Amino acid sequence: MPLLELQNVHTYYGGIHALKGLSIEVNEGEVVTLIGSNGAGKSTTLKTICGQTRAREGRIVFDGKDITQMRTHDVAAMGIAHVPEGRRIFPKLTVRENLEMGAFSVKDKQIIEEGIERAFRYFPRLKERIDQKGGTMSGGEQQMLAIARGLMMKPKILMLDEPSMGLAPILVEQIFDIVTELNREGMTILLVEQNANQALSVANRGYVIQTGEIILQDEAQNLLTNPQVREAYLA
Amino acid sequence: MLLNILPQVLVDGLTLGFMYAVVALGYTMVYGILEFINFAHGEIFMVGAFVGTEVLLISDSLGALEGMNPYVAFFLTLVIAMALTGGLGVLIERVAYRPLRGAPRLVPLISAIGVSFLLQDLVRFTEAIARNEFYLNTPALFSGSISLGIASIPTKGFIVIVLAIVMMIALTLFINKTKWGIAMRAVAQDQSTASLMTINVDKVIMLTFLIGSSLGGATGVLFSQNYGTIDPYIGFILGLKAFTAAVLGGIGNLRGAMVGGVLLGLLESLSGAYMGPLTNGAFGAEYKDVFAFSILILVLLFKPEGLFGEAVKEKV
Repeated sequence: MPLLELQNVHTYYGGIHALKGLSIEVNEGEVVTLIGSNGAGKSTTLKTICGQTRAREGRIVFDGKDITQMRTHDVAAMGIAHVPEGRRIFPKLTVRENLEMGAFSVKDKQIIEEGIERAFRYFPRLKERIDQKGGTMSGGEQQMLAIARGLMMKPKILMLDEPSMGLAPILVEQIFDIVTELNREGMTILLVEQNANQALSVANRGYVIQTGEIILQDEAQNLLTNPQVREAYLA
Repeated sequence: MLLNILPQVLVDGLTLGFMYAVVALGYTMVYGILEFINFAHGEIFMVGAFVGTEVLLISDSLGALEGMNPYVAFFLTLVIAMALTGGLGVLIERVAYRPLRGAPRLVPLISAIGVSFLLQDLVRFTEAIARNEFYLNTPALFSGSISLGIASIPTKGFIVIVLAIVMMIALTLFINKTKWGIAMRAVAQDQSTASLMTINVDKVIMLTFLIGSSLGGATGVLFSQNYGTIDPYIGFILGLKAFTAAVLGGIGNLRGAMVGGVLLGLLESLSGAYMGPLTNGAFGAEYKDVFAFSILILVLLFKPEGLFGEAVKEKV
């Protein structure tokens, strides 16, 4: 049984039929990527999973439980960490406070402290900035903070929405290295990207989404060499 | 002569100002999260004054106040008033504001004004039935005054200032140091992202109303002790002034509300005492409200973000 499964999901977004019967699944331990061009419905997919936009039809099942109608904070509490597009760190909270908010559902202070230490191991830069307000950091540092914050709840799945957007190539490289490392440690990851080349090179499987529909799905390696994909997304 | 009264004027201004400050916190906390002016907040303050006064009147008529330490009696009154007004604030949010959260901004504002009239009339009606009048005299718990050398401060005024400071410190610690306090700031900055952190935004909003309203209710108790008489309309002017204080400090900013409140109290007290003599009687103390609201207009015209607020672009 997949960890996360979307079955024939339809979502409307401001009058637009944004997802037209989307079905995807993510198995435990996998990195799955959802690629597609701007406006194809990638972000809407993640927002629908965590209940920020409602699926009007279809079912979303996570960890054996139907989460289609759950409210966002309850979905998150199931163990779904969503690192949203544009990072969305809390600009007026310090790095430490941002991380503490990521661990809002964690009761044990000891575990929170361990989580912060772990975050600093992945992202040493954040340690230097611990008391700095999130909004004063660079885009790359904010992305690191956003991922670190997502990991604080010890999620069962990490959903990343365009983590490479607006970052310098060297930082993009770093972010994808972290994705690989997290996955090696057992984290299940659903990665939404416009940067299809990078995303497919770290993923196990991939889905190609176009105007709200999955038009292709395959092993990531196959998609990388698929002529249709190469022409449309890797050119 | 003018300088002789200055210390007393300052003491009066501080007493008033600290009350404005605590009520202003209620306006500013709600605004910080919902970008909505809870115009019923002044009436929460008024209800607090009535609850406090009724608790004392009823205990007095039962003979319970006899021989009771006034500080204990005061503390109990305060706790009861805070609990009831806190609950009232939560109820109002649930019934009158939450269903309108997606509506255009003007709609909840009108709802708040409606709640405000409702509370005024409800209190007037209840008191008219229960006591045949709705102007009440609050039993005084504290008499005497503390001498500070050049000025004397009545014990009750001193208690107002001390308690207001205690409430401000407690709130500041809560907002900055506790998990739910930080969550409150997170929700104020970005609701949808906060919910991704498993934060229940509705709960945080409830908590905001609970705290803001109980602070407002507590100030009502302080007010009734300090001035001795209350009526169902005291919340209107005081609420508007506290709102002015919040705008003066920068609405949405806690420190701004505190400083704005104290500043407005001082300015009002100074203008009340000195405007008459300085203008040869052309503008007397009766113009002190004009003075307070002129400040509101000037702030809105020249520094709309207030003393501590930051200029923000309109949210898209």
